[in-house]
Amino acid sequence: MAKNNIKLEAKNLNAYYGDFKALKDITISMEEKAVTAFIGPSGCGKSTFLRTLNRMNDYIDGFRTEGDILLDGKDIYDKNIRVDELRKEVGMVFQKPNPFPKTIFENVVYGLKIQGIKNKAHLEEAAEKSLRQTALWEEVKDKMHKSALALSGGQQQRLCIARALAISPSVILMDEPTSALDPISTAKIEELIYELKNDYTIVIVTHNMQQAGRVSDNTAFFYMGELIEFGKTKTIFTSPSNDRTQNYITGRFG
Amino acid sequence: MKVSERIIEGLLWLSAVITILVTIGIIWVLLSQSIGFFQVVSLTEFLTEKEWTPLFADKKFGIMPLVAGTLLTTFIAIAVALPLGLTIAVYLNEYAPARMRQIVKPLLEILATIPTVVYGFFALTVVTPFLQQFIPGLAGFNALSAGMVMGIMIVPMISSLSEDAISAVPRSLREAAYGMGSTRLQTAFGVMVPAASSGIVVSVILAISRAVGETMIVAIAAGQQPRLTMNPLVPIETITTYIVQVSLGDVPHGSLEYKTIFAAGITLFVFTFALNNISFWIKKKYQEKYD
Repeated sequence: MAKNNIKLEAKNLNAYYGDFKALKDITISMEEKAVTAFIGPSGCGKSTFLRTLNRMNDYIDGFRTEGDILLDGKDIYDKNIRVDELRKEVGMVFQKPNPFPKTIFENVVYGLKIQGIKNKAHLEEAAEKSLRQTALWEEVKDKMHKSALALSGGQQQRLCIARALAISPSVILMDEPTSALDPISTAKIEELIYELKNDYTIVIVTHNMQQAGRVSDNTAFFYMGELIEFGKTKTIFTSPSNDRTQNYITGRFG
Repeated sequence: MKVSERIIEGLLWLSAVITILVTIGIIWVLLSQSIGFFQVVSLTEFLTEKEWTPLFADKKFGIMPLVAGTLLTTFIAIAVALPLGLTIAVYLNEYAPARMRQIVKPLLEILATIPTVVYGFFALTVVTPFLQQFIPGLAGFNALSAGMVMGIMIVPMISSLSEDAISAVPRSLREAAYGMGSTRLQTAFGVMVPAASSGIVVSVILAISRAVGETMIVAIAAGQQPRLTMNPLVPIETITTYIVQVSLGDVPHGSLEYKTIFAAGITLFVFTFALNNISFWIKKKYQEKYD
């Protein structure tokens, strides 16, 4: 199935919240510069899995994993991996837009600043570039030093994407990035995802079947912590091989 | 049934009204007595005279030495309490495992339950002799050890209120910071503390207010010598200490000397009243709006 290189893969991954087994023996590979969508009913483990890909669950008490997650062939749960370095490589966009209560400019350059980059011209250039990538530049170029919280929800979410892009990750994880947005803002984000996959590997969790169908190349269906079916999005949506996938996609449960 | 409801309602109303009446009564006493004082001593003299010697033969009524003593001890207290309190708040929020937090928080609150007179003796009999080993010029009574011990006393106030402010910052901001590759330290001081800044500022102002009004520690350990100085090594006197000194002394009731404590009291009241209002205003105006 892989036409491109494999960017990210999980091998026999189990994950636990205390005694609760949230992910059961997940093995999956995600193509480079393609969009992989995770679908499934609430509580099926798709978000948990997404968050293991940049170790965002590390701070949850009692969370642990077994098995491997490989980024470019290297285990990200290895003891020698610095988790802050990992997250510069694997960026993340969250369900609810979460800009910092700072100016638009400060938001975009946050990631660069914490890496110690201080050169103003460089920061401004990087900010403009990321904002152009997210088609936000024209809307905000005159209010770069106003609070980011004054932007609309859709603009805030594009700002959060711009913020993630500014530190040039190679993978972007998106956890239901449009679930808090109106249809027009959603359409803009989807367009953006389509553009971004030329340069980035994107993994997106979504509750929206149509969205998965529109934006993704490959789709994985999760149910009760298991990966039920994974394949080309077209195949999954037109002729799924598993009954549960079929039932979920056609809206018979979920 | 209905009658008992009315009685209960009346009692509730009464307790609210009594509180307000008592407050008004206190302000009234302060005002009326200090009016008597200001009829003899002009406000200009009160504010510009550089000495405060109402109990001496050569009487001078300049409040500034007492204000200076108060500000000096307060400043030292905040210089101790803010870094300590904020570090504790950040540690508890960003680093400490849940169990650690459950143990440390109540322990800290014990600090707040120690009687201030004990703190005062601690400053006088432990901290001052200890500091004298390093600072030979340190007097037996001084602003430094009183201020430092007062700082320790208000650490729980700052740490607890700041901790509340930081933990009220939505988790999504912490995740955003981590998601960008921030270390814990960068997340704590680059994102969480600034996002909680209004709450932290409020905690500091309330702590200042507490330090300005603190009496026992300074009365015991800072001395009773009104002095217009910012030197922390010599004895000074705060507004509160002066009030204690006169209240316990044998100044005749109704005399001008007696009225000085009301003038001092109203000065103190103006300070704490202003500080509490500023903190209230900041809380209202700058509280970050998250949903």
